Amino acid sequence: MSAAVHINVNGRDVAVSAPGVKRLSDVLRDDLGLKGTKIGCNAGDCGACTVLLDGEQVCACMVPLGQAEGRRVATVEGLADGASLHKLQAAFQRHGAAQCGICTPGMLMAASDLLARVARPNGSQVKDALGGVLCRCTGYIKIVEAVLDIDGEGSGEAPPAGAAVGARLAKTDGLAMLSGAETYGADAIPEDALWLRVVRSPRAFARFTLGDMDAFMAAHPGIARVLTAADAPQNLYAILPGRKDQPVLAEGLVRVRGEGVVALVGERAAVEAIRDGDLPITYQPLDAMHDIASATASGAFQLHADRPGNILAEGRVKKGHAGAAFESCAAIAEGEFETSYVEHAYIEPEAGWARRVGQRVEIHVSTQTPIMDRDEVAGVLGLAPEDVRVIPTACGGGFGGKLDLSVQPLVALAAWLTGRPVACIYSRPESMISTTKRHPAFMTARFGCDGEGRLQAVKFHADVNTGGYASWGPTVAGRVPVHAMGPYHVPNVETSGRAVLTNGPSCGAFRGFGVPQAAIAHETMLDDLAEKLAIDRLQIRLVNALRAGQATGTGQVLEASAGLAPCLELLAPHWRAALDQVSAFNASAGERRRGVGIGCMWYGIGNTGLSNPSTMRIALDSGGKLKLYNGAVDIGQGSTTVIAQICADGLGLPVAHIEQTVGDTDLTADAGKTSASRQTFVSGRAAQLAGEDLRRHILRHANAGPESEIELAGNIVTVRDGGGQHEIDLSKLPMDQDGAVMQGRGTFDPPTIGLDENGQGSPYATYSFAAQIATVEVDMELGTTSVLKITAAHDVGRAINPIQVEGQVQGGIAQGLGLALMEEYVPGRSDNLHDYLIPTIGDMPEIEVLVVEEEEPLGPYGAKGVGEPGLIPTAPAIFGAIRDATGVRLTRAPALPHRLRAAILAEEQNDG
Amino acid sequence: MAEYLRPETLKPALEALGAAPWSVLAGGTDFYPARVDQVPDDDVLDISAIEDLRAIEERADHWRLGALTTWSDIITADLPPLFDGLKLVARQVGGVQVQNRGTLGGNLCNASAAADGVPPLLSLGASVELSSAQGTQNLAFEDFILGSRRTALGADQLLTAVILPKPRQARAAGHFLKLGARKYLVISIVMVAANVEIDEGGNVSAARLAVGACSEIACRLPALEEALVGRPCGAALGEFVAPAHLAHLAPLDDLRGSAAYRRDAALTLVRRTLNELGARA
Repeated sequence: MSAAVHINVNGRDVAVSAPGVKRLSDVLRDDLGLKGTKIGCNAGDCGACTVLLDGEQVCACMVPLGQAEGRRVATVEGLADGASLHKLQAAFQRHGAAQCGICTPGMLMAASDLLARVARPNGSQVKDALGGVLCRCTGYIKIVEAVLDIDGEGSGEAPPAGAAVGARLAKTDGLAMLSGAETYGADAIPEDALWLRVVRSPRAFARFTLGDMDAFMAAHPGIARVLTAADAPQNLYAILPGRKDQPVLAEGLVRVRGEGVVALVGERAAVEAIRDGDLPITYQPLDAMHDIASATASGAFQLHADRPGNILAEGRVKKGHAGAAFESCAAIAEGEFETSYVEHAYIEPEAGWARRVGQRVEIHVSTQTPIMDRDEVAGVLGLAPEDVRVIPTACGGGFGGKLDLSVQPLVALAAWLTGRPVACIYSRPESMISTTKRHPAFMTARFGCDGEGRLQAVKFHADVNTGGYASWGPTVAGRVPVHAMGPYHVPNVETSGRAVLTNGPSCGAFRGFGVPQAAIAHETMLDDLAEKLAIDRLQIRLVNALRAGQATGTGQVLEASAGLAPCLELLAPHWRAALDQVSAFNASAGERRRGVGIGCMWYGIGNTGLSNPSTMRIALDSGGKLKLYNGAVDIGQGSTTVIAQICADGLGLPVAHIEQTVGDTDLTADAGKTSASRQTFVSGRAAQLAGEDLRRHILRHANAGPESEIELAGNIVTVRDGGGQHEIDLSKLPMDQDGAVMQGRGTFDPPTIGLDENGQGSPYATYSFAAQIATVEVDMELGTTSVLKITAAHDVGRAINPIQVEGQVQGGIAQGLGLALMEEYVPGRSDNLHDYLIPTIGDMPEIEVLVVEEEEPLGPYGAKGVGEPGLIPTAPAIFGAIRDATGVRLTRAPALPHRLRAAILAEEQNDG
Repeated sequence: MAEYLRPETLKPALEALGAAPWSVLAGGTDFYPARVDQVPDDDVLDISAIEDLRAIEERADHWRLGALTTWSDIITADLPPLFDGLKLVARQVGGVQVQNRGTLGGNLCNASAAADGVPPLLSLGASVELSSAQGTQNLAFEDFILGSRRTALGADQLLTAVILPKPRQARAAGHFLKLGARKYLVISIVMVAANVEIDEGGNVSAARLAVGACSEIACRLPALEEALVGRPCGAALGEFVAPAHLAHLAPLDDLRGSAAYRRDAALTLVRRTLNELGARA
């Protein structure tokens, strides 16, 4: 063993006996138990592991233990002074600067380095200091605001009873993220856990044979098992019912690069020492079909027996007679559009662990969907769903990517077979190679309008490359045609979508389920028509905006809460000002030109034409503890906070009284997936009903009227109404089977009508609407684009928590900016966070968020959803702004500098 | 079990290198990313404790930058305008975390085609000092980097310092422009570094330019350098640049940009670098 290395960690001298070359991040986490330092990439690309070494920020993943000898290391755990928060932590909490919280320790440490040098930094100093830490949730805006407001007071509002909805309440789960105490998928693995590592196919399409595994095992002591497909009682699973196509481990054929072939299970050091090439696996490569053309060519290899022609799914909407209607249109626009693979790039790679408990199995995992995880793992293991328990850890970013299974079936199977806890943590490249992407879309669009710009007919088709397995491809194929005409009233519609199986990366759910791609097409069509008819671009959208009382393409008459027109009206003065500013700038501009663009969107909240209920339960025990059993996992977007606010107002007690158990499938009811922007609307409504239900029980017990006020202090509930005051001593009440003395329950399933063969029906109970204006500056000679400002107007029904609404919009804009300008995943070439670019703190524009509240009668206190809508209008607005600046009509995302420069040169030639 | 050696002086480090092969580690900013999926298991010679290698020294006719000089050291050092380009590079390498750890010597030995340190050092006429137990050798920069990830460093040698000759003129200044697709944590699509010396009449008496990420190794622009001599130094200095001056670049198509784009952008960046440098110098 190496000589001990002496370090001062957070003021305490420690001696560590470990190899000198061991990463300091691993030493902190594994030898010293300081899990607040997060590992996002192990390559210095993300900054999540930022700590201070002798007061200077460094990535702990690139510091050898040996170099820490005799030096001071400061981690997030050392920031607070006992129970009192460091002023940075307080500012982060006050401003909502942490969403999922996985980058927060790195951000805090980088900021503390800055503040030690510059007591009151300005914005650009903050950005320079924090530029090495990536955040995928917040859009960085609130992080910068927090560091600039370091001397501010308080930690958010503490609303009284009945006033939680609408309050700028700090995240109820925020403090653990800020102290480093929050446990994510990799943070609470038992000491005695075996390690699991998947050996993955380097090829996109190949048959393979396994050699002598017994000999391999004999040569590698410390390996307990090598799992293969044969070990799973039922090797196939899928996330949508009826389409079980995805193997836990491949069965002689790999259809995508990075598909799991075998899984090594054993002592951590033994598993980590083995290289993929050490395994006796022989691949016989097949001709991979990377694109839609090769997968749909006649005679193409059929990837799945039940999918002839490699067509996974199709969706369509047909209303009226689009073909005939085009005949009488005053103007018609047409276009073809293409988007790329986009990676979720959450900063927390997939991680979790499982253990066998008698005849049950328990899984601790970072997930967006505990019930689906439970059911699919039960299927794989041949167990009843009740015999699998999923306990979600904190989720360090999801965005749809953690709606798929990753480590879950593997660790569960290994724990089941070995009887030992088994853990698995994906490396960054593994996460990028093996998990789903946003679908590349190939879209054709034709939009026609009358002389006033009123849309008369829309035709649209999208082929999306869905990769080797179904994942959420059918959902995308179904959702896109419903949304493809945009948030506009169109009498004649013919839209369709088709998901094609290929040997590309499997594509699944990603914030917007295909709608962000379609929005690029429909918004360009609107700009084309505006140009043809010389109508203002905002005005043509206002003319066409869907309004209450009008029917959508699916024939659904919107009854209320159709807020695009108010969004546009609110934006109109901003639009005119931006146009004026830009033309003033361009009057004297050289190689840099500015432009303004606008993008609109609508988004159906919840599952498309399917039941998607949520059930919430709130229990009061004999000691006065009030606990909400909330099955909706918070992936950073704030549902835990928002649902508590709603429930508190339903009940009539201050939100501070509510404790929560979140997501544990043994203790909480099914709240459905954290997807489709549905948790505020669906689970929020269920939480409101649960709160109201408990309130009814309390009032009935006190025989008090509905307007009574309730107070909870210790085990005494005091009820006051006009008639006087009643006290309920909870300790005297009988306990029910759950250990509670009173409970409230609420279930909400948004009413929908499934789509018929023409795509007619009411697929969603409500829709969110939004419009964003972008101002950009393009360097005409280099093809680079800076987004200067985005003004975003969002109809959210009701902003339950304005901080969280702003945070969702700002974070969505960051991802939309990435989609528009820089994000393009190329399999095999960008499997890391330095070749795959996501926006940094310096890429963000100034953002102004304008909240529109067109009350949704079905929603909790009028609320809808905002998770996905933030992202959808951004890329169209940026593309419109680039077009305004340069004359280039973009048809391919992302607009990488070399593509934009080529288009500018082509445009100049056309003009010349 | 792999060895980890961290000597505090140069001699034992060079003796170790003479006796057996080692992976040399300094700031770790290339070492660890190259092993992202692995627990490092190579024999490692950690040279970070050799204090003598971390110094920026002005000598009679040259500057000597120790191999362990970090980007942050360059940013905070009090240096003449000659180093302005190098300072700009230092501010744009990775994030502050990498600037605090990454070393000049490591950047050069790693010899990536997109290494940020190479164009400015080429533009400064740098040479490198290579040391082994047998002695010390000075090598012109052009003779040190042989290709992408290939250098003339012998297995028993350490790069111990970068030597920068002092300019002949009292007025000399440098500049650097880097093109990437985002603001921070950028790997260059194209970068340009330039240094000019200016005579008493305000004309360019010597110029050195280098373009990075547009060929396997960063390239000087000799024809342009020659054409600049005698030109008045001012905000129009870049207007002399012609495509022929960059004809020998051999850019590649990759994720970050097409070859044609790189050639086109390099021309723009060279012109802008010279205009901005001319305006300031």
